[in-house]
Amino acid sequence: MSWIKPRDVGFATRRHLAELGSGARLFFRLLSTLLGSLRRFGLIRDQIHFLGNYSLVIIAVSGLFVGFVFGLQGYYTLQRYGSSEALGLLVTLSLVRELGPVVTALLFAGRAGTSLTAEIGLMKAGEQISVMEMMAVDPVQRVLAPRFWAGVIAMPLLAAVFSAMGIIGGWVVGVLMIGVDSGSFWSQIQGGVDVWRDVGNGIIKSVVFGFTVTFVALLQGFEAQPTPEGVASATTRTVVVASLSVLALDFILTAMMFTI
Amino acid sequence: MQTFPPALVELNRLSFGYGDRVILDDVSLRVPRGKVTALMGASGGGKTTILRLIGGQNRAQSGTLLFDGQDITPMQQNELYAARRRMGMLFQFGALFADLSVFENVAFPLREHTDLPEAMIRDIVLMKLNAVGLRGARDLMPSEVSGGMARRIALARAIALDPELVMYDEPFSGLDPISLGTAAHLIRQLNDSMGLTSIFVSHELEQTFAIADHVIILANGKIATQGTPDEVRQSTDPLVYQYVHALTDGPVRFHYPGVSVEQDFAAERIA
Repeated sequence: MSWIKPRDVGFATRRHLAELGSGARLFFRLLSTLLGSLRRFGLIRDQIHFLGNYSLVIIAVSGLFVGFVFGLQGYYTLQRYGSSEALGLLVTLSLVRELGPVVTALLFAGRAGTSLTAEIGLMKAGEQISVMEMMAVDPVQRVLAPRFWAGVIAMPLLAAVFSAMGIIGGWVVGVLMIGVDSGSFWSQIQGGVDVWRDVGNGIIKSVVFGFTVTFVALLQGFEAQPTPEGVASATTRTVVVASLSVLALDFILTAMMFTI
Repeated sequence: MQTFPPALVELNRLSFGYGDRVILDDVSLRVPRGKVTALMGASGGGKTTILRLIGGQNRAQSGTLLFDGQDITPMQQNELYAARRRMGMLFQFGALFADLSVFENVAFPLREHTDLPEAMIRDIVLMKLNAVGLRGARDLMPSEVSGGMARRIALARAIALDPELVMYDEPFSGLDPISLGTAAHLIRQLNDSMGLTSIFVSHELEQTFAIADHVIILANGKIATQGTPDEVRQSTDPLVYQYVHALTDGPVRFHYPGVSVEQDFAAERIA
């Protein structure tokens, strides 16, 4: 029979607080690297290529299929109320406001976030981080910062690609296959989507998700146990923590943006 | 007693441990300038820890650690980084940057710390690679080179900025006899030709005694003996004797501590 001892609770609380603290410190360290990183933009550019370009296929294909499904589902629902020409608007608003930023962030966590965590974790396991410190090169500035800013820049771009592909997907199904009028499909979008309220808020969301997912991935890699098991479990944690953070933040952001 | 040239690194009554586990207990030692110093001792004896302390990656809990007269322990990051630029460290498995070619690995410290033109960087990198005999391997990736080669490339990288002190963490482990001889020869030759001070951690007796000027043997967090290779070989300390002659049993027991043989087998008979 074992009871939970107050001592254990205390230790666990302290450990969690310490983790929270070191995570917050790393976050502010990363924010403070902005100027130094911009001075060596080549490093960020390489990482944008790595993170963005390699995520492009999965993002584009997913966007297209989400658009297909939306075209079908949206048409069947709208048709009941005799307003199937609003299909374009429905697809566009759903994608630009919600699905574009959120699904992109989830896919980005799975595709780019895991590779970031594994890369940093393996660098740590291979003593590459230590060797850099011994060369008097700050690994946060040299390794983490370019990846962080690249993630922040890549995320809204990928979300834009996702939404654009989704709208094309909705158009293919709605207009080409089902036969919704092409003119009203596009004019409804033109009339009903507000640049600031809809597109702008979507961009703000995906920038916030860019910070979140990239930071979680880097933190997990940097704090990983430098062993194969440690890197493996850190990679898993990246997906779990990043996905939950994105979904929770999405609710908070939506509540703030569209209720005020 | 040999006379020491002025020390580049000096540990005074240094103690270090993780939690309750004591790794180094009140250790004092001097690393003479311009010489090759070997740190030996049983595994887990704190040899690598001394290198990490000198590099400021771990901080001592008490005592002072002087590098060229400056105490490393209380240093802020920028002072520490200034001190580290005068050191080179070779990690056990080389720790090459996996995403950079051999050339770029050696060029890395030059690119980070200097504004030299590309032509000059190229010349320096090829010179350093030539010094370790791997000028021809410049275009390979780290995944394409053997363990011994990786360490030589890492050595070229460690000396790229012409440090005063080079630290080697187990440079001989897991090498075939040829690579081992090459590594030992390189440590001695680079030390003399570049006017370095070298410290290396090793388990390998023959090559270590052949190239070292000064040997320090650590045991149980303390210095068991130190001196020239001949002095150490003739030490009468039982622990040093066991280590230097590679005996199975001695102060370091062959049997893991436990209940006595009689008790174990008597218990069996009763059951």
